[in-house]
Amino acid sequence: MKTSPSSNGESLGHRSASLRRRHLIAALFKALCIGFTLFAVSVLGLLIAQVGADGLPWLDTQFLNNFPSRFPEKAGIKSALYGTLWVVSLTALIALPMGVLAAIYLEDYAPASRLTRVIEINIANLAGVPSIVYGILGLAIFVRFFGLERSVLAGAMTMSLLILPVIIISSKEAIRAVPSSIRLAAYAVGATQWQVVRSHVLPAAIPGILTGVILALSRAIGETAPLIMIGALTYVAFTPEGPMDEFTALPIQIFNWASRPQAEFHELAAAGIIVLLVVLLTMNALAVFIRYKGTQK
Amino acid sequence: MNTRDDAVLEARDVTIRYGEQAAVKNVNLSIYEKKITAIIGPSGCGKSTLLRSLNRMNDFIEHVTQDGEILYRNTNLYGEGVDPVEVRLHMGMVFQRPNPFPKSIFRNVAWGPTINGLPGDINLRVERALKQAALWNEVKDRLNDSALNLSGGQQQRLCIARALAMEPEVILMDEPCSALDPVSTSRIEDLLFELKQNYTIVIVTHNMQQASRVSDYTAFMENGSLIEYGDTDQVFTRPKQKRTEDYVTGRFG
Amino acid sequence: MNTMTLLTTSKYRWGEAILRQLFFLCALISVLTTVIVIGILAVETSSFFQQVSITDFLFGTEWRPMLEPKAYGILPLLGGTMLIVVGSSIVALPVGLACAVYLSEYASDRARNIIKPVLEVLAGIPTVVYGYFAISFVTPGLRFVFDDVQIFNAASAAIVVGIMVLPMVASLCDDALRSVPLSLREGAYSVGATSYEVTARVVVPAALSGIFAAFVLAVSRAIGETMAVTLAAGATPNLTLNPLESIQTMTAYIVQVSLGDTPSGGLAYKTLFAVASVLFTITLVMNLLANKVMRKYQEVYE
Ligand SMILES: Nc1ncnc2c1ncn2[C@@H]1O[C@H](COP(=O)(O)OP(=O)(O)O)[C@@H](O)[C@H]1O
Ligand SMILES: [Mg+2]
Repeated sequence: MKTSPSSNGESLGHRSASLRRRHLIAALFKALCIGFTLFAVSVLGLLIAQVGADGLPWLDTQFLNNFPSRFPEKAGIKSALYGTLWVVSLTALIALPMGVLAAIYLEDYAPASRLTRVIEINIANLAGVPSIVYGILGLAIFVRFFGLERSVLAGAMTMSLLILPVIIISSKEAIRAVPSSIRLAAYAVGATQWQVVRSHVLPAAIPGILTGVILALSRAIGETAPLIMIGALTYVAFTPEGPMDEFTALPIQIFNWASRPQAEFHELAAAGIIVLLVVLLTMNALAVFIRYKGTQK
Repeated sequence: MNTRDDAVLEARDVTIRYGEQAAVKNVNLSIYEKKITAIIGPSGCGKSTLLRSLNRMNDFIEHVTQDGEILYRNTNLYGEGVDPVEVRLHMGMVFQRPNPFPKSIFRNVAWGPTINGLPGDINLRVERALKQAALWNEVKDRLNDSALNLSGGQQQRLCIARALAMEPEVILMDEPCSALDPVSTSRIEDLLFELKQNYTIVIVTHNMQQASRVSDYTAFMENGSLIEYGDTDQVFTRPKQKRTEDYVTGRFG
Repeated sequence: MNTMTLLTTSKYRWGEAILRQLFFLCALISVLTTVIVIGILAVETSSFFQQVSITDFLFGTEWRPMLEPKAYGILPLLGGTMLIVVGSSIVALPVGLACAVYLSEYASDRARNIIKPVLEVLAGIPTVVYGYFAISFVTPGLRFVFDDVQIFNAASAAIVVGIMVLPMVASLCDDALRSVPLSLREGAYSVGATSYEVTARVVVPAALSGIFAAFVLAVSRAIGETMAVTLAAGATPNLTLNPLESIQTMTAYIVQVSLGDTPSGGLAYKTLFAVASVLFTITLVMNLLANKVMRKYQEVYE
C-alpha cells in the first residue's frame, strides 16, 4: 500500500531547504508578535513619561488647593477634585443598589422568557453605546426635563445610567460564580428565595460585586464627554456643598486646559492628569485588595 | 524477547519531569519495527508522558525537562540539530479524543502533506489514507463537508487517516478508543491489524483486553517506572513481576 | 389551622412578590434607557427633518450649520469619522491581534502575568488623557516627520484612538484564541507543522468569529470616541482623504455644539440629535452584530 516512503528517510538532522524556510517564517512571525506586544507595552511607558515630565513640576499643594484661574501659575484643581468626588459618590449611591438588584433578578429570579432575553441582550448592547449618547440623554432628561440644571445630581444620574450595564454584567458574573449547591442546601431547610439570596448568595458574591463596581466607578471618573454634554464645562470657583450645586470634574478641567493653545496650560493639564491617575490607581488598588481578601476566604 | 526484530525506537534511561516532579523514571524501552507495542498501567503512571516524548510533543509544555536519550535508528531525537518538525514527520500521532481540524474532511487529511510538500498527487494520497483508515466508503461522497459533522468514531478514524497521509514510520496512539463506543472501538482494533503490515505502532491503553488482543509486546508501567516489558502473551499469562501480575489479574481476571 | 398556615404563607409570599417586582424594575431600567434614548433621538430628529430634507442631510457634502449660507450635509462628519476609523484600525487591529497571538500562543506564564495587567491599565486610562497625549506627543512627532501637517489633524487622533482600543482588541482576541482547544494545536503539530502554520492556519481560522467580533467592537468604539478626536483632530468639517488635515467627527461636532450656548429648540440645536441618531444607529448595529457573532462562537466550544 505504501508507495512513497518519502519521509521515511533513515536519518534525521538534514533539514531540507524548504523546512529551513518554514522555520524562518515561523521565527519572523514570532518576532513580529513580540515586537508589536513590546510596542503596546512601551506606549504605556511613553505616556507616563510624557505626563510626568510635563506635569510633575506643577504638582504642589498650591495646585491642589487653588481654584481654576486665567493665570497658569495661580490655577489649581480643587473644585474639579471635589466635583469628581461628589459625582462619583453620588453615582455609587444610585448605581450600586440598582445594578446589584437587577443582577440578582436576572440571575436568581428571572424566568427563561422572551422578555428576560430582551433585557439581557439590551444590557449587553447598552454597554457599547458611545458615552456621548448618554450625555445627550442626560441633557434631555435630567437637565432639561427634570430641571436639574448643571447640578452634581444631574451628572451623577447620567453617569449612573452609563455604568449601570457594566455593573449589572460584572455582578451577574459574581453571582453566577456562587455554587448552586449553596442555594439548594438553603432551600432544602425551607428558606424563601429572598432569604437564600440575602443570607447565602450575596455574602458569597460580595467581593466579586464590589470589584466590578469599583472598576465601573473608575470608568465614571474618567468619562468626560457626558459631563460636557450636560454643561459641566464652566468656570466653577467653589466646591459643591450639596447635590444641587454646580460642579466641574477632573477630566473636564483637564480637557479645558488641554484645549487651550498655551504650553503652560498643557502642562497644567498634565498635572491634572497625574491627580486623575492617582485617584484611579487608588480605586484599582482597592479593587485588587478586595479581590485578594475575597479569594482568601 | 525476539532479537530478530529491528528496534526502530529505543528509549535509554529516560527521565521526564514536570517541574520537580518526575513523571517518567529511568525508562529503557525498545520499539520494534512493524509490531504493535502496548503501554499499560494505572492512570497517572506516565504512559502519555512517555508516549509524547517519542514525537517531542512535550516540547510545548512549560517546565518539562528530560534526561536520557531516545534513539530513532541510532539518532537521538533530542540531539543537537534535530528538528522536532522533522521528528514528527517520522512519528505520527493519534490522540485520546478525536481532534479533527474545523475544516473539510478532505482538508483535514490533505493539510499535513500540503504544508510539508510531500510528493505525488494529493487527491490520491487522501484517498489512500482514508481507505487505509477504513473511512473512505463512508465519506467519499462528502469530502468537502465539515469534519465536525462526523460521528465520534468516524472523527477518530479521520484522525488516523490524517496521520497515515503523512506516511510516517511509527504511529503513536494515546488511548485512541477511550472516547468511543464498543462498535467503533472494535473497528479501530481491526484497523490496527491491517496497519501493522506497514507501520510500527505504539498504543497506550487502559483496556487490558485491548492490549492483549492487539499487541505483540506489552510494557507495564507504574509510578513512572517501567516494571515489566515483554511478549504480550508472556506479560499477560506468565508475568515475571508480582506487581504486573496483581495489576493484570486484578484488571483482567 | 389549615387556613392559618395558608394566611401566613400568603403574607410571606406578598413580601417576596414585592421584592421580586422591585428587582424586576431595576432590570427593566436598562430597557427603559434604550427606549428613552431612541424616543428622544427619534422625536428631535424627525422635527429636524421637517426643516431639512433627508437627502440633503445624508448626501450633502457640506456641513455648515452655524454660518450662512447654512448647509446640513453630514458627509463631511461621516468622512471625518471614517478617517479616524480607518487610521485607528490600521494601528489597533494588527497590533492587537499580534499581541493576542503572542499572549495565547507564545508567552510564558510569567510574561503573560506582566503584559495582561499593562494592557488592563492601558484600557483603563481615560480618553481625555489620550487626547492630551495626542496633542503633546503624537502631533509634534508627526510635524517633525512630515512637512505639511496641520496643528489639528486626523492622523494624530487616529493613532491615539488606535492605541486606545488596542487593549480591547488584544484582550478579546486573546479570549477567542484561548477558547480554541489545545488538542487542535497538538493535532496540527503532530503532522509536522511549524508554530506559524499552527497559529496562522489552524488556530486563527478556528477563532475567526471571535476575532471578527473583536474587530467590529473596536471599530464601534473608534466611531464613538469623543475626547481624543475633539482635542486632536480639530473642528473643521472637511470632506477629505488626507489624514494630515484638520477634520471633524460626528462626536466632536456634538461636543462643539454643547460647548457653545446654542439655544434649545433652534435648528442648530436639533442638528445635535440628527447627528447623534446617525452615530447611535451605526454603533448599535455594529454592537448587535458583534454580540451575536460572539454568542455563536461561545456556543461552538461549550
Ligand atoms: N502538563 C502537566 N503538568 C504537570 N504535571 C503533569 C502534566 N501532565 C501530566 N502530569 C503528571 O505526570 C504524571 C503522569 O501523567 P500522564 O503521563 O498523563 O499519565 P497517564 O497517561 O499514564 O495517565 C501524572 O502524575 C500527572 O499528574
Ligand atoms: Mg494518559
